[in-house]
Parts: sequence; C-alpha cells; structure tokens
Amino acid sequence: MAFDFTVNGSAVSVDAPAVTPLLWVIREELKLTGTKFGCGVGQCGACVVHIDGKRAFSCQTQVSNVVGKQVTTIEGLSPDSSHPVQKAWLAERVPQCGYCQSGQIMSAADLLKRNPHPTRAEIVAQMSGHICRCGTYVRILRAIERAARET
Amino acid sequence: MSQMAYPNTGVSRRGFMIGIAGLTFAVAVGRERLGHAATEAPDSAGTPFNPWVSIAPSGAISIIAPATEMGQGSLTSLPLILAEELDADWSKVVCVPAPPIDKIYGNPAMFGVMLTAHSLSVQGYFTPLRTFGAQVRAVLLDNVARHWRVPPAELSTEPSVVVHAKSGRRIGYGDIVSFAEIPAVAPDIKPEALKKLHEFRLIGHDVMRIELPTKVNGSAKYAIDLQVPGMIYGAILRSPVLGGAPDKVDVAAAKAVAGVTDVVRLPYGVGVLATTPWAAFDAKSALEPGVTWRRSGKAWGFDSDKGLDAFAADARDLKKPTVEWYKQGDAEAALATAAAIIEAQYRCHYAYHAQMEPLNSIASVSAAGDAAEVWCGTQFPTAAQAAAARALGIPNERIKLNYTLLGGGFGRRGDYAEEYVVDAVLLSKSARRPVKVMWTREDDVHYGHFRPITAHYLRGGLDASGKLIAYHQRLAGDRVLLAENPVFFRKSHGRDYQLMGGTELTSYDIPNQYAGQIPQYTGVRTAPLRGIGDIANKFVAEVFLDEVAHERGVDPLQLRLEMLKITPRGQKVLQRAAEMADWSRKRDNTALGCAFANYNDTLLGGVAEVSVDRATGWIKVHKFWATIDCGIPVQPDNIVAQTEGGIVFGLGLALTEEISIRDGAVEQSNFYDYRVARMNDVPDVHVEVIATDNHPTGVGQMPVVLVTPAVNNAVARLTGVRLRESPMTPERMKKALG
Repeated sequence: MAFDFTVNGSAVSVDAPAVTPLLWVIREELKLTGTKFGCGVGQCGACVVHIDGKRAFSCQTQVSNVVGKQVTTIEGLSPDSSHPVQKAWLAERVPQCGYCQSGQIMSAADLLKRNPHPTRAEIVAQMSGHICRCGTYVRILRAIERAARET
Repeated sequence: MSQMAYPNTGVSRRGFMIGIAGLTFAVAVGRERLGHAATEAPDSAGTPFNPWVSIAPSGAISIIAPATEMGQGSLTSLPLILAEELDADWSKVVCVPAPPIDKIYGNPAMFGVMLTAHSLSVQGYFTPLRTFGAQVRAVLLDNVARHWRVPPAELSTEPSVVVHAKSGRRIGYGDIVSFAEIPAVAPDIKPEALKKLHEFRLIGHDVMRIELPTKVNGSAKYAIDLQVPGMIYGAILRSPVLGGAPDKVDVAAAKAVAGVTDVVRLPYGVGVLATTPWAAFDAKSALEPGVTWRRSGKAWGFDSDKGLDAFAADARDLKKPTVEWYKQGDAEAALATAAAIIEAQYRCHYAYHAQMEPLNSIASVSAAGDAAEVWCGTQFPTAAQAAAARALGIPNERIKLNYTLLGGGFGRRGDYAEEYVVDAVLLSKSARRPVKVMWTREDDVHYGHFRPITAHYLRGGLDASGKLIAYHQRLAGDRVLLAENPVFFRKSHGRDYQLMGGTELTSYDIPNQYAGQIPQYTGVRTAPLRGIGDIANKFVAEVFLDEVAHERGVDPLQLRLEMLKITPRGQKVLQRAAEMADWSRKRDNTALGCAFANYNDTLLGGVAEVSVDRATGWIKVHKFWATIDCGIPVQPDNIVAQTEGGIVFGLGLALTEEISIRDGAVEQSNFYDYRVARMNDVPDVHVEVIATDNHPTGVGQMPVVLVTPAVNNAVARLTGVRLRESPMTPERMKKALG
C-alpha cells in the first residue's frame, strides 16, 4: 500500500505494510541514514525526527500514521549544518562515536523551538529520553545552553 | 580543512591511495622493523605494501590512520602525530583508514595486530609515527637541497613549506613532488632529532576531530547505513547459549511473512532472508516458537547468582590453588607476622557493552563461494577479514574488507569471532547475493559478550604502626581472553590479563603483594569491556584501602597520599582531585569518596560526592572531580571529553548495569531492563588534565575505573554501610541499609 507524505520538504510516496516503522522507511527506502536504529522500542532516542514540527520516535511511528504530514530528519534540519544547535554541537565538540547524535540534536532543536531559553532542569527533562553510551551528556548540556544563548 | 577518506559503497581505499599521483612512502611498523625502513611506495602494479604518507602535487597530504574510529579520536590523533614531525599543514591532511594488514599497520604495543583496544593506539604508535613523519620531512629537505644546490642544514620547514632563509626562497611540499626522488633506504632518524615539546605545532594543540562535522548533520556513515546493489536483508535467531545448535526447526510461520525469501539453518542458529528489514525482523520473531535447541555448549543450566556464590566460595577456599598473576615480596609470610589482618570479599556481576549501533554487517559472496567483499564496523579489521575467510574456508586475501566509523565499540567489536561478519557471509553465500544482517537490540543483549563475573577474597596485613605491609588477593573470574583472541590466550599460559589486570598495585608502597587467579569457565559469552579487569580490580583495591583507613581511623585520602610517596605523579593527581573537590569541607547531606588508579601507566584521581535516598536505596552522584596524567597530552580537549565520557560509562556500571543469566540465557532484553546512565543521572563533572612530558599513555577506558570505588567509598562514609558488591543497585543498597 502506498503512503504519501513529505520528508524534508519533498513529497514522497512509499509502498510498505501499514505497520512498518517510519524509521525503516526513512533509512532503507528513502536512504536518509542520519536517523538511527538504536533500540526499536522508544527507549534510546537515536531515531528521533520531527513530525509536523514536533519530535517523535520514528521507531514507534507507523508509516500509515504520517500520511499527509511533514517529516523532518537531521538531513533536513538545515542545508549546511547552520542550525544553532548544530553549530553549538561543533563548538562544544560534542560527538564521540556520533551514532546517537542525530536524535539528540533533533530533540534539542525541538526543545529550543518551543522554549528558547530553557532552564537546566528543562533541558535534562527533555534529553533524558536519549542514551549516549559514549557519555557525552556533559557536552550536550553545554551545547544546548550555548545554542540558547547564541540565538 | 582536513578531511577523512572513509570508504563508501563501492569505493576502495586502496584505489583511493594509489590513485593519488605524487610521492608515496611505505613504512612498516612491524615490530622488528620499528622505526626504520621507509621505502618507495609501490606503483599501481599492486604490491602488498601500502603507503603511510602520500603527497599530491596539489599539496594534499594523505596519512594513514592505523586504528579504527569509534569515538575516541584516533582517526585524527594518529595522523596528527605523523603530521607533526612531517611539519605538515594540517588543513591539507587527509586521514586515510589503513587497509587490514597486520604486518604493516599492526600496533607494536598490541602484539603487532590491528586491534584498536586497551587504549593503546597513541601509546603504541606514537614513536613510530613521529619517526615516519620525520623521515618523510628529511627526504623532502634533501630533495630541495639538491634542487637548489644548498646545504640541507640551511633549510628549515614551516607547515608544508620548505624555507631557505638565507635566500628567502620557499617551496610548498606539493611543488617538491615533480622533482623529488625517494631514496631506497629511508633516512635514519635519531630520537634526539625529533621535535622538542616546545616545538610542537599540533601535538598538545586541539584541532577539530576530522569526522566531527559529519556527526552533526547525519552524513557520517556507519556500517548499518550502507547499502550495496542487489542486497537483501538478513536476521538471525541464535542459540541462547554459546555452542548450542538448532534442533527442530519449523519454518512455516517465518516463510509466511510477506517479503521473506528463505529460511536458512546455520550451525549456531537459523537465519531468515527478506527483501526488507522489517520483514526479516518479523520473520525472526515468527520463527522463534518453532525452533528447539540442542543443548551443546557449556552454559546450559548455568545461573549467574549461584555461579557467583560458587566463585566466592572458591576465592575463600585457601585449598583451591591459584595461578600467580603478580607477586612482590612475600605476602603470605607478611600476613603470618602482621599485627592485624583485615579481610573482605567482593563480587561483580556481568555487564553489557550497549554500544549504540547494534552489530551488523554486509557481505557479498561470489557465486562460487571463493571470494567475498565485506562491509562492517570493527575494532579489529584483520580479525574481521579472517573470520569471513574462515567461514568460507578460503584464504584471507580473498576477502575484501571495507570498514567504517563505529557506532561505539567498547570492546564489543574487537573480539576474534566477529560473529556479526560471519552472519552476513553465511547468509550471502546461501542467498547468492549481497546480504545486510542487522542484530536487533534484543539480539545485541541476548547474544552479548559480557564483562565477566568475579569474586575476590582479600586479606591485608598491617604492621604495629598500622602500615599496610601485605596485600593478598584471590580472584575467581569467568575467563575472557580466549574470546578476545586465541593467540593471545595461548601466549598467556592461563594468566588472563582481561581478568587480572589492575590487581597489582605498583604505585602504592605495599612491600608484599600477591594476586592469584582461580580460573573459571561458565560457558557464558564474555568479552573485554571498556575498563576490562580494572573495573573490578580498582573497585576492590580502592574500597579495600578505605576499609583499611576506616580500621585505622585515618583519613582515606591521607592514607593513599602516604602510600603514594613512591609515586609522585600519583600523589599529584590524587591531591589535585581532592583540592578540586575541597575534600576536607564537611557537607550536610552528602559525602565524598576518593579513588586513585594507575591504569597501564596512566594516573588518575577521582572524587565523588553522593547522597543516598534511604527509602529507596537510590544513590545519587552529585559531583565528580577527576584528574588524569597520561603523559604528553596529544589532544587535550579530547582527553577531557574521553574522561567525561568514561565517568558517565563508569556511573552506569557502578549503579545499575547488570546482566543476569538463567539456564545459560540472558534475562535482560533492551534498555528498559538494562539501565545505562542518562542525562538525569549525570553529575556535574570536573576534569583536569595534568600534562607531563612522559610518553603518552591511554585515555579512553581509564577513567571508567574510578567511579565504582569513589562512589562506593562516598556511600560508606555517608551511611556507615559498606556494600561489597557491584553494581550498587537500589535494591542492594536498600537491603544493606536494613
């Protein structure tokens, strides 16, 4: 069955079973591999994308539920890594292995869009749905505070 | 800016290197050839030697990175070390991952193999890479001297430029290529000819890690991100126990899943092949009830709680012999004459790597089964290549290996078996087309290779003045080394450094020491894990020292500083960490605990500030101060980053991370029941790098080992209750508090 929606501003039509996780459609069909598979159960946040401007676990979203919606992945956050969160991420040298970072960045961008000057507690609340096994949390926190300061 | 050249689908690194027209050098790091033998690089006729350095007429300088990149920064720092002595303009450097050839690119500090592990990359390659860089620079100078007819001594370099100050002439490295001749024998570089510390332009000066920009926009490619033409997907239901094999296999339910193309019986499990990943995963789930297992393999019936009880009994039973790991003086004799003896038993549970990228690989096996191309993320490229070759029964050279960035390693992608590569090879052979095999997170947990369980029996002897004169440890632990590498295992004569490393306390003034191993084999899958034996052994040692301090009624920090008098660098790191923490200031509802570690000559001090919720047993770590002296800091900010990360990793191991085994099988499945540290668990972390001019030593795994003892000691000082078990889960803590 074909499902029509928009990814990073482009219309797409995907033929897949209705229950297929959006994650796999994005990665294997649309070949946007910046969005990662980490746990498949909404526990690690590696798969976070924006759906109609709000963050969502793409591993927990069925492709049939995004029909007519706007999906934004890390590749669509900015054309040139110029989003304030991406710039802050580089300034603070956040990533280590980097695998979880797309999801972390998408969640941070979601937070700052809703709440441009979050408290530290608000940042921690938003970001604790993510896992970074390299342990970059200290720098993620600093980067989000920097992005809030510099926008 | 500098770049990286990782392979993408279908692009061969080798082709990339050879495709550069210009000067190429091949220099071997083989143990016997260390430090000399720069030779002319092969031309495209294809000899087994590959270059370390290649300079193009454009000025671009390609430098080989011999370690794989899993977040620790070696892809940048190793080429940077060579670039330093070459006096290369860093912005012109392209870092090129090394092809899998141990005899050229193996780490001299790692038995000469290309295994990125044990935090040994900078330590092992530092001097060879500097020497190679200096050799290339000397060849460039020599060529310019002949070209300009000036004495070589009158020439100097600025980044990527040779300068003749007398005449004011300058020539870029790329412009030398057109007339340069490479000598058959590389120039001899004496150690004193290398740069002095104050002359470094790159070492000690932070640069942007070269792959970092690709990690903020989704363009960084991990193995799981690759697709190759014509590929399908595979998933594997493995035996829950190592060595088990499928018995009855009912394929009907799996084959009924739309998109499934085949179900394949393997020696160790059952594979499904499908046109989409979701079909492969669904089919694997559908398959599960229809498969029974032959209980071959050892761990069937094993239960980790009972197993650990048995280990503890063996550790305590002095009649059970030990394999000597470390001996200094005569600990037994000193115990016999000691004025007082302190004894304690400790235990540690299995722990899981939880690298964020689940294991995966792609293989494309030729129709005849006599060759294959493999794509994977690995800490051990030559083992991955060999594992693929073994699976097909063909020579290693018939495997073309492409490796990528790793979505975390921590030891999980470094073992000899490289099962996730074998999976793809076997399924591709069966399917006669390329196959991408992905493990689900549940697979990654159920079939994980764990930090082993250990039980420790310690006795300390004090003389009449209270000085610790004997330190005696009997350690019963599940074996690890065989899983990492059978060759290392054979050379070890039963002494498993994965288990025993760190039991020797060489920095402390303890005249009589003994550490002995009581070998155990449960059959449970084990592996090195970030921090390896030192996770358990520094926990045990540093907690034991606090128990000694408590017994003597002295400050645990002062006790350590006194014992570290023979190790000034050690005193300094611990003293500084204590200063940062304001050690002597009394807190109201929190307490501090400290720990020191000498981990493969990297010295670390740590202080934790904790509180405990007595109702739930939950330990909260509020602050952590850490110092690290790893000799010459090659990339200081990255050392801070690795230390921060290591503390977070150690925090999960200290408090919540535990794998339990019932009837040989893993009880946990995913992040909901294997709880790693999240941002809301993380303390304020303060790290200070203490730079010294010693040979650089490891960083990546070292800080991990500070956390369990520092937190445990802080909890004991706060509550008066000592928990001699790791992890310190809320349940255990609550029980201990009574």
